[in-house]
Amino acid sequence: MSDPVYVTDALIAEDIDAYLVSHQHKTMLRFITCGSVDDGKSTLIGRLLYDSKMIFEDQLTALESDSRRLGTQGQEIDFALLVDGLAAEREQGITIDVAYRFFNTEKRKFIVADCPGHEQYTRNMVTGASTADLAVILIDARKGVLAQTRRHSYLVHLLGIRHLVLAVNKMDLVDYSQDVFDAIVAEYSRFARTIGIEHFTALPISGFKGDNITVRSPKTPWYKGPVLVEHLESVAVDTSADRAGPLRMPVQWVNRPNLDFRGFAGLIASGSVRPGDAVRVLPSGKTSTVARIVTLDGDRDEAVAGQSVTLTLADEIDCSRGDVIAAADAPPEAADQFEATLVWLDDEALHVGRSYWLKLGTQTVSATVQQPKYAVNVNTLEHLAAKTLDLNAIGVAEVTTDKPLVFEPYARSRTLGGFILIDKLTNRTVGAGMIHFSLRRAQNVHWQALDVSRDQHARIKNQKPAVLWFTGLSGAGKSTIANLVEKKLHRMNRHTFLLDGDNVRHGLNKDLGFTEADRIENIRRVGEVAKLMADAGLIVLTAFISPFRAEREMVRAMLPEGEFVEVFIDTPLAEAEARDVKGLYKKARSGALKNFTGIDSPYEAPDNPEIRIDTTAMTPEAAASLIVDTLLGDL
Amino acid sequence: MTGPAHGPSLTHLQRLEAEAIHILREVVAEAERPVMLYSVGKDSAVMLHLARKAFYPAPPPFPLLHVDTTWKFRDMYALRDRMARESGMELLVYHNPEAAERGINPFDHGALHTDLWKTEGLKQALDKWGFDAAFGGARRDEEKSRAKERIFSFRTASHGWDPKNQRPELWNLYNARKHKGESIRVFPISNWTELDVWQYIQLEGIPIVPLYFAAPRPTVDRDGLLLMVEDERFPLKPGVQPVMRSIRFRTLGCYPLTGAVESEASTLSDVIQETLLTTTSERQGRAIDKDAGGAGMEVKKQQGYF
Repeated sequence: MSDPVYVTDALIAEDIDAYLVSHQHKTMLRFITCGSVDDGKSTLIGRLLYDSKMIFEDQLTALESDSRRLGTQGQEIDFALLVDGLAAEREQGITIDVAYRFFNTEKRKFIVADCPGHEQYTRNMVTGASTADLAVILIDARKGVLAQTRRHSYLVHLLGIRHLVLAVNKMDLVDYSQDVFDAIVAEYSRFARTIGIEHFTALPISGFKGDNITVRSPKTPWYKGPVLVEHLESVAVDTSADRAGPLRMPVQWVNRPNLDFRGFAGLIASGSVRPGDAVRVLPSGKTSTVARIVTLDGDRDEAVAGQSVTLTLADEIDCSRGDVIAAADAPPEAADQFEATLVWLDDEALHVGRSYWLKLGTQTVSATVQQPKYAVNVNTLEHLAAKTLDLNAIGVAEVTTDKPLVFEPYARSRTLGGFILIDKLTNRTVGAGMIHFSLRRAQNVHWQALDVSRDQHARIKNQKPAVLWFTGLSGAGKSTIANLVEKKLHRMNRHTFLLDGDNVRHGLNKDLGFTEADRIENIRRVGEVAKLMADAGLIVLTAFISPFRAEREMVRAMLPEGEFVEVFIDTPLAEAEARDVKGLYKKARSGALKNFTGIDSPYEAPDNPEIRIDTTAMTPEAAASLIVDTLLGDL
Repeated sequence: MTGPAHGPSLTHLQRLEAEAIHILREVVAEAERPVMLYSVGKDSAVMLHLARKAFYPAPPPFPLLHVDTTWKFRDMYALRDRMARESGMELLVYHNPEAAERGINPFDHGALHTDLWKTEGLKQALDKWGFDAAFGGARRDEEKSRAKERIFSFRTASHGWDPKNQRPELWNLYNARKHKGESIRVFPISNWTELDVWQYIQLEGIPIVPLYFAAPRPTVDRDGLLLMVEDERFPLKPGVQPVMRSIRFRTLGCYPLTGAVESEASTLSDVIQETLLTTTSERQGRAIDKDAGGAGMEVKKQQGYF
């Protein structure tokens, strides 16, 4: 069999224009390779690049010198060094982060995501899998199906990769034995069925020797299937499947260069669109027809899934970033409560009840996650009870959003079913989710239309509502100062109410303890009550330690701009502990009281409170006057 | 890039184009003050063209920024000014005043030249105008550490890059949230290869600097690097006369640091053919990648180099 690489070379040299025409019409396949540290993953990729001539002479020279210095293959070229790009990876001889590599064959262009195999890098693997059409699972022929194999298979199946290749590698080290190969494939088949993998393609290969990679190996005459590259060239790419569905285009940006033009820019997630098509804008449900498909190269007759376009509509209807333009007769659902599988990506565990940003398509909303229904042990695939999700943990939980989200189940649409969670304070991407289904349709939840408005409630009291949120360590003086402030305001005929530990913990929140999760729920409920009272026109004072910045910011976000006034009662820990009015610090120090803020539970001081009171420099009376002046001066 | 809607799947270039346009629009929708780093090379040319497509009929809603060293080829300055005019975009040119004052140049100062004019200059320019997102034309196939960089690559307030602490980037969901002072470098053509860039330039008729095509030019051979004698600032050693050779450039930077290749390739097809049949990578003519024992680019990036 002639080597396809040299056929290509000949065409480039003889007729470059013919080659370019063929290259221009190539399709693209994105795939990931997964395997554990010694399965030869990087070697396989290095081999694919080498065999398709994607390694240049200067890179090869550098590789040869690196191989002698750092390589693990003796005098032979260590292809792994080619793909381990970060200094730390080369030093430690491991792959830490996803690396993207590129190569071409006669028929296709390929993007390979090379993912680390170790469990601690699950998040990197999930990242690589999220954009892949196909996964190559590597198995060391000497070791067979391992826990890692099962974990990797589960993850790629979870991420919805439909094409799976089982590459039984290092066949050279088992004398190219068909029995070894067959036994591994049989064992893998049994496992694959249990997690719902219906189909996979198994190949005997050696990345190191190049067997069955680009060319059929004479060492495995018993193997009749395609060689690896041949298989990669022939599987169907997913964009063609997306095209068959109904139109979905999340609106990224509204293009308004002048008063006469209003275009909606986006990447078509599924289906196709032509001028004259009836469309529905979600979540509003308003309908119109497509007027034009506008591009720099002129208007088009049609656009399909996978293309970035700008549409104009025949009618002036509301449509902005986050909306979804869909086929009028087959719109997606909108809902504000879902069941989803979550993969946790951050060192800081999931906080049940905390408000995170959720980004799905072009929509960004606030979302909270309930206690997981279960977590999955990724090695045994058992379902385990879980209170939270730690880094790399996978679980199923309910997610609630503050606004209806236009979505589809992940199994139907990666674009409208996959989301990320972002921590509101650190801005880190902390979780990834895949929606199963909605738990209630948002259409069924209607706000009761109120005849007496928020403004009218406040106006009759002749005041502007506000929430004075006192925060600080136990014993800092929050309740003392809040009481003085309320007395002063009351004397000035203001309508006020003070919420503190005593009137809340004994009633509304008596079911809550002092764990981190309960503290979050405690503050969430206090925030909701304070918000209702502010809606009623009151000036609300709250006196809670409220140790976490995220929860205070969550309450701030519930209220109209300017109505949340954070009052930081700043008393150093040593001072509060010296006062120890209620004897709590002593108990905490002796271990009799657990999760005590400042001792064995953190206090996150406000970065930019509206008011800061230094109690070492000011009497409670002076502090109260300052707060009242600031509040009324502002209002 | 109009392609058949029915029948065959989208080609790889159609998918790459759609991806790049999606990225450009996400940044404009989510960043407060984006800018496009424009180096006048072929990758910049493709990126600018994609931006014009992404926002048509509006001009791209951000300025072009050229962090200049004063040592670029004259043809580059000419094309830069022309493209800014044609795209209807504002062109900002920045010169690091400290580098200018100290007379930093590539002949006398070696690595310091790149460090002060480019790395420091870029940081100063981003701070000066308060840009919170900067598009760059880097590709993952160029260099090992770039292969591992995200499309949205986060920078600290001091412009540092922490390769071990990158945000996971799933599907095509980009997290553009950041604190005040922090910024994001965005690489819309991350997934393009050198061949893709060339072919796209050909298919779309994108203007590029003529130096990419072979022509007789005055050259000297210096330490194995074939340099073009661009202007009178080039210090010729006694007795050395420039030799006319038919040369072209695979990448463009500061002329005293950019090696040419001898070539007869005078059309795009010829250039692509030569690129495909060559046995060295395109950055081979650049001195910058080879510092610090194989980790040159990674170290430079951590310090804030694009």
